[in-house]
Amino acid sequence: MIEIRWHARGGQGAVTASKILASAVIEEGKYAQSNPDYGAERSGAPLRAYNRVSEKPITLHCMVINPDIVIVVDPTLLKTVPFLEGTDENAILIINTDKSPQEVREKYGIKGRKIYTVDATKIAMEELKRPLMNVPMLGALVKVLGGLVDIKTVEEDIKRAFGKKISENALNANIRALHRAYEEVRSE
Amino acid sequence: MRPELIKEVKYVPYSGNMAAAEAMRQINPDVVAAYPITPQTELMQFFADFVANGLVDTEYIPVESEHSAMSACVGAAAAGSRAMTATAGPGLAYMWEVLGIASGMRLPIVMTVVNRALSAPINIHGDQSDMMGARDQGWIQIFSENAEEQYDNLIQAIKIAEDERTRLPVMVGMDGFVISHAIERVRLLPDRAVEEFIGELKPMYPLLDVDNPVTHGPVAMTDSYMEFKRQQREAMMNAYKVIREVGEAFEEAFGRKYEHIETYKTDDADYILIIIGSTAGTAKYVIDKVREEKGIKVGLIKIRTYRPFPYYDVMDAIEASNCKAVGVFDRAETFGAVGGPLYSDIATAMYLRNKHYPIVSFIYGLGGRDTNVHHIEEAIDKVMQAAAGKEVPFINYLNLNE
Repeated sequence: MIEIRWHARGGQGAVTASKILASAVIEEGKYAQSNPDYGAERSGAPLRAYNRVSEKPITLHCMVINPDIVIVVDPTLLKTVPFLEGTDENAILIINTDKSPQEVREKYGIKGRKIYTVDATKIAMEELKRPLMNVPMLGALVKVLGGLVDIKTVEEDIKRAFGKKISENALNANIRALHRAYEEVRSE
Repeated sequence: MRPELIKEVKYVPYSGNMAAAEAMRQINPDVVAAYPITPQTELMQFFADFVANGLVDTEYIPVESEHSAMSACVGAAAAGSRAMTATAGPGLAYMWEVLGIASGMRLPIVMTVVNRALSAPINIHGDQSDMMGARDQGWIQIFSENAEEQYDNLIQAIKIAEDERTRLPVMVGMDGFVISHAIERVRLLPDRAVEEFIGELKPMYPLLDVDNPVTHGPVAMTDSYMEFKRQQREAMMNAYKVIREVGEAFEEAFGRKYEHIETYKTDDADYILIIIGSTAGTAKYVIDKVREEKGIKVGLIKIRTYRPFPYYDVMDAIEASNCKAVGVFDRAETFGAVGGPLYSDIATAMYLRNKHYPIVSFIYGLGGRDTNVHHIEEAIDKVMQAAAGKEVPFINYLNLNE
């Protein structure tokens, strides 16, 4: 079982991304949960969302407190929320930043842990023309999960989740953003 | 004819609210009357979508309060239709007066309760105080651990409520947010299979049968009120049998077993935890963990049917194990009494068998307070201390800041 914690701000779509991940994993015949941490759903306010993914049934119905993977959707949160909370040195961090993993490690004094970075803000601004970093971060996460869920299943789920709500152009931009982040995410 | 959407069994990523709405679509009730309240609101939104899109034949009545929602269901069910609703927390509290009318008139209404804390202070999160507060209003009470159970239980609840031996309303609870709003894998059954399983409602003494006029909800003073109540007890005793039969029929049709309780690794257990709802799932994980890491043999009894209370099932499971002490988890308070409501029921169960096991009471999860692996490990530790004859407080709060 892999436990994932998302750090984002209200309105950035992290809850939606977490739901899409769970849907894609379940559609592939595996098990997943997506659980938003409700209560602070104000636009711009820091929020957390959680995922569990597993090959076996998941019976846990509590918050994720020791995540294996932490995703930071909004780089301004690096200074304001304890994003390392509950992680051990084996944890994986996926951070939206224009910096390299080494630069992030030095700047925040992170010991151990595996750091991935992706410039999701740049991808979002170029493809979506808006700072919606959820889909690019999902693309990076799918890459890091290394085959646990197929990017094509995620793509189909994005089409299902957004299909009726946004224009075809916007949908295609999201799919491009997903694949770009999948390709552009870097590790140390 | 409404369209058939699901033709074969499929597994979907659904929240508890989506699962409950899907069950309602397949049940296709004649009347649904509801008032929105968090965390039930989106359940009714999903169902209202089904109504608007012509996927059900339901007369959907958006009313102005929960008191009215249940009143409309009472009228609809008395007229001879299949009526359903859903509510949560304070909504159930506001319905309280009419809950007793529904059960007293022996109307087979089925309702989802998304279990939520009661005010004050105001809190929208998971907590079972709402259903525990409605415990003595004559409804059959079933609790689900997860979204799939909510779906399965709602389907079974129709058959349980409408059985001629019971004719009692049923409320089916799931924990707010952690189940109602979380996405999980849920198995959906084919539309036609659900229809066939629940069958057609056979109205009993319907108001609309003008050739055979009857009175519903009359005055019953000192000469007859008590006899009505005595019959309700009889119906509730029958429900104990009917719930089991419906569970067996469900297993036969769809392969998933439902009993009054679910036992998890109790056979060789030295210590047993008794839990209602979603935290029972977390406890299963912890039980596997402590068995593997420390060799401590812990088991779980999950209460599915809360009213009628399965005293014998609980005691059979305890007595068949090596149980030395039990931990009883209550997600509701009973101020001024020992333990919570479940504690009293377990103590009664032991008394009925003339058995005495040390019981440690845990109050947990009030207002959505997280109960995670560490808290359940802490509880197991206290149960072990009680088994070893050490003094343990009567009431223990999990994850409380003090």
